[in-house]
Amino acid sequence: MKAFLSILLAVWAGVAVAQDRTMRMAVTTSFENSGLADVLLPAIAEDTGIEVQLLVVGTGQAIRLGEAGDVDAVLVHSRPAEEAFVAAGHAPYRREIMYNDFVLIGPEADPAAIADTGTAAEALAAIASTGAPFVSRGDDSGTHKAELALWDAADVAPRGDWYRPVGAGMGAALNTAAGMDAYILADRASWLNFANKGDLALLFSGDPVLFNQYAYLPVSQDEHPDVRADLAAELEDWLVSDTAAELIDGYRVAGEQLFTFNASPAE
Amino acid sequence: MNDIWAGIASAIRLILTADANLVEISLRSLQVTLSALAIACLIALPLGTFLAIQRFRFRRGVIAVLNALMGLPPVVVGLVVYILLSRAGPFGVLNLLFTPTAMVIAQVIIITPLIASITHQAMRDLWAEYHDLLISLNTGKLQRVATLIRDGRRSLMTAALAGFGRAIGEVGAIMIVGGNIEHHTRVLTTAIALETGRGDFALALGLGFVLIGLALGVNLLTHWLGRTEVEGRW
Repeated sequence: MKAFLSILLAVWAGVAVAQDRTMRMAVTTSFENSGLADVLLPAIAEDTGIEVQLLVVGTGQAIRLGEAGDVDAVLVHSRPAEEAFVAAGHAPYRREIMYNDFVLIGPEADPAAIADTGTAAEALAAIASTGAPFVSRGDDSGTHKAELALWDAADVAPRGDWYRPVGAGMGAALNTAAGMDAYILADRASWLNFANKGDLALLFSGDPVLFNQYAYLPVSQDEHPDVRADLAAELEDWLVSDTAAELIDGYRVAGEQLFTFNASPAE
Repeated sequence: MNDIWAGIASAIRLILTADANLVEISLRSLQVTLSALAIACLIALPLGTFLAIQRFRFRRGVIAVLNALMGLPPVVVGLVVYILLSRAGPFGVLNLLFTPTAMVIAQVIIITPLIASITHQAMRDLWAEYHDLLISLNTGKLQRVATLIRDGRRSLMTAALAGFGRAIGEVGAIMIVGGNIEHHTRVLTTAIALETGRGDFALALGLGFVLIGLALGVNLLTHWLGRTEVEGRW
């Protein structure tokens, strides 16, 4: 037992020592599920020596973690939430890094015939009028907020038996949609990486309103003196560098480009 | 059904290739759970035994509360521990959030009432048996607790294993306070949740079978070391 305890302590000590150039970043499930993190993090570690620990949560929780100062930076995709975050003084600014797009997924049979519609709003209106089941994230995430904005644009109040908010992450919601042959709004990255597709297929994409911008928010050091603002700034420099641009634009899943690098000067 | 076979196949593949990630998260699962179990036992075993032998005013109330706390929802425990350890919270300066230590703290809170309750149940019966003897020997309180713990060790092992079982399979609390950070706070259960989210059911199930195997292994090892169910050793 004593030997065991000493091993335990040794493991612990190892964990404690390794925290020097370590920072924490809250990211959305869609970013992590895309697999891009597995490409970027090793490159970041190699170029800057920073070990970025990812907390994979929904946008709502990511913002909360940033507010509390529990992470050093946030990478999310919900412009209104980001702007409110900056306005509240939790971050000095938001910096756009890259975008991907949302796609409408549904049963291959396509009962609402959304594949033939011209805009995302028309597609959603068709789903609502046929009453085909639609799974919503319902978790206040960036994807959920984008979905609600689309319903607004379609002038439909999504209510009724056919509309099913599951209150779960992208993967779990896709699992639910696959189980009930329902329509769902997903980001392209999560969809392409999703393994349990069942009878689902990508039915509609390409409308510019489905544009999904990711932005980087360093957490304000004025509010939380303990945050590693120095590392967050270094990481930001890397994220807007040419190396990052090449990796992001070059990332392919099933032969498709997922993200487009579009970092802009600080606002 | 195919997914289950694929899960079994993936579990076998993970184990046979001694997958580095699997070894890492399995060891971390054990590290967190066994640390939590050791701390919880230090609190719960004496507490449960004490409740069995000592009569005091609020004893029934304390026992009722303890029993109710056995059903403590892990997510709520996780959320409360998160708020306490958050940099914006009262213990934020300790910088414990999203570390294995935070996960241990949450698990100690979850399993201590469980172990204490089972200990109390077992010790109550044993105390009924030992009562006259220990009183007539004019033993002190501490001696009585110590005697009961020593002679009731089989039941206490059951209590500890119940605590181990609840802790090793727990995901709600450690997901919140640990954050499921790769190479840092990712354990078997949070990895299973992650792979399920990715729709990779085969890998999720494979990890699940590894987890069940691990729990089984620890239980068997404990029984073997404790030589229970062997005739003449009681």
